[in-house]
Amino acid sequence: MLTMQDVSKVYRTEMVQTHALRGLDIHVREGEFLAVTGPSGSGKTTFLNIAGLLEDFSAGRYQLDGVDVKGLGDEARSRLRNEKIGFIFQSFNLIADLNLYDNIDVPLRYRGMSRSDRKRRIEGALERVGLASRMKHYPAELSGGQQQRAAIARAVAGDPRLLLADEPTGNLDSQMAREVMEILEQLNAQGATVVIVTHDPELAARAQRNVHIVDGVATDLEPAPTLLRPVRQPSNPAHAGR
Amino acid sequence: MFPRYFYYVDLALRSFRRNRVLTGLMVVAIALGIGASMTTLTVLYLLSGDPLPGKSETIYAVQLDSHGPEGYRPGEEPDTQLTRFDAETLLRARRADRQAMMSGGNVAIEPKRAGLDPFYADARYTSADFFPMFEVPFAQGAGWSAAEDAGRARIAVISSELNEKLFGGENGVGRTIRLEQSEFRVVGVLGRWRPTPHFYDLNTGSYGEAEQVFVPFSTARELDFSRSGTMNCWSETEGEPEGPNAPCSWIQFWVQLGSRDQASAYRDYLVSYSEQQRKAGRFTRPPNVRLRDVMQWLDARHVVPSDVRLQTWLAFGFLMVCLLNTIGLLLAKFLRRSQEIGVRRALGASRRAVFTQFLVEAGTVGLVGGILGLGLAWLGLWAVRHQPTEYAALAHLDLYMLGATFVLAIASSLLAGLLPAWRACQVTPALQLKSQ
Repeated sequence: MLTMQDVSKVYRTEMVQTHALRGLDIHVREGEFLAVTGPSGSGKTTFLNIAGLLEDFSAGRYQLDGVDVKGLGDEARSRLRNEKIGFIFQSFNLIADLNLYDNIDVPLRYRGMSRSDRKRRIEGALERVGLASRMKHYPAELSGGQQQRAAIARAVAGDPRLLLADEPTGNLDSQMAREVMEILEQLNAQGATVVIVTHDPELAARAQRNVHIVDGVATDLEPAPTLLRPVRQPSNPAHAGR
Repeated sequence: MFPRYFYYVDLALRSFRRNRVLTGLMVVAIALGIGASMTTLTVLYLLSGDPLPGKSETIYAVQLDSHGPEGYRPGEEPDTQLTRFDAETLLRARRADRQAMMSGGNVAIEPKRAGLDPFYADARYTSADFFPMFEVPFAQGAGWSAAEDAGRARIAVISSELNEKLFGGENGVGRTIRLEQSEFRVVGVLGRWRPTPHFYDLNTGSYGEAEQVFVPFSTARELDFSRSGTMNCWSETEGEPEGPNAPCSWIQFWVQLGSRDQASAYRDYLVSYSEQQRKAGRFTRPPNVRLRDVMQWLDARHVVPSDVRLQTWLAFGFLMVCLLNTIGLLLAKFLRRSQEIGVRRALGASRRAVFTQFLVEAGTVGLVGGILGLGLAWLGLWAVRHQPTEYAALAHLDLYMLGATFVLAIASSLLAGLLPAWRACQVTPALQLKSQ
């Protein structure tokens, strides 16, 4: 599903160069539940941003669902992100002046779906996270746990094959954190590949596999598959890997 | 594609509700700029419009240089009016499709209607082709013929306002009116007609109303009707300066020529006529003629007041200042939403989608500003109508300028939105999502 080989990321300013990732190798299988752990500043979030096509990398190779993302333009990367990836953030990142229905509608709008298709998906996603009755509520009217469940509904409404979660329970109390983790596990059981970045060893322990990043280098790796097989480079990356 | 634009408009309206004060400031800035520029632009548009749309390029003003030798400078602009001798000669020659000589004047009217005192009215003394050449609309009757010109017929065409005043709006054709103590038979009543500018005679005002009475030039001269406008004489005259051979220019002469070739041939004819007159001793200067179509004529005569042009430039300068303010406000508004931009990018919005979304928002601000600006322009034109200027009464928004208001408002705000929208689409999503 996700393969990074020798990926580096260097942030440069006029004064300093910061190596956030140094030859990172990670392979995530289809349907896997992976936890990425590591101390603050180790490069976990940089890994997640690169995996989510939110940032470019300085060197190395990255294949997402068989598509080599190096050199893809902004339109193609955005389409790939929209169709294949769902994001769950620590601070939920719901848009404050949209109600839940409209928040979940955002990624579907960018996919150009019909109104009826969007409605079906939004209602289905809210049903899955137990917020069907709150679809007209605004984020400020919900608890933190409800907001995170809404964010999960937004992430899964478009049926992405990969869920990327950055400290998804970091802002929640233990009860709500458990609920959120249960939802993520359910989604994984239904076939979604889940990658979470976390500090929390208890949370990491619930994943099928852990990858530890220290100083931009991944440890505890399982062997990565070779990238020598032909890379699929579809003319329309939007439909790649389907 | 279009549903996405509707979505962006919906987002823009939500954004307005969220930042009412900032949005209000932008709307007011654009409205002020649009109001000021559309007020002055409307006045400029009305004053520089084509008085004969679709036909003006076939109608030409004739100029000849019949002055004496004094003060001659080669190539200088000849007089804008002709002598009576030249006008009558050119009229008789009939070298154009149509031709008309004319002059303005004032006539005393003695109404037969009870309770109505005698009054003066603006008049035009002209020849038969005036009406068809300028496509003058008739409500009743028609103009007169060349034979009636030659016969110095006592006939008149009157305006619909005068017809209303004299005959209570009944059909005035066939009835008589008393002009300067002579009886005239009304042969035509005009429909609504106000050529703007008053192109065919700029000596009696550039933007005045059309005259109320039209009589044959020959008849007016026979009855010695008083004339108005400018007259230029360059040597001593024997008898009246309006006499057939007086060295005075005071008559406007217009011709209709259907093609550029005809215009060229007519210009050659004017040169040849000037040479002929020079040989005969009437003209002392080398041939110096002008043949300008209506719009060229108005341009050459600088009909649009220079202060109106200046005001228009100033108003557009003000609009630029308003737009610069709007750019600053849009930048502040858009960049305050960096988190939302980051989220949208993470959810699949491309840079282009973000750029378009914010540009649509800027355009929507422009549309609202345009509506308010339209109200301000309406107020501005109301103020212009209350100014003591010749063109005051013309200051009204027509459909064309109404559309132009919105086009200008939206185009201006899109222009103002380019930089802020560009900056918005350059927001780094990872940075925004991480910073939460």
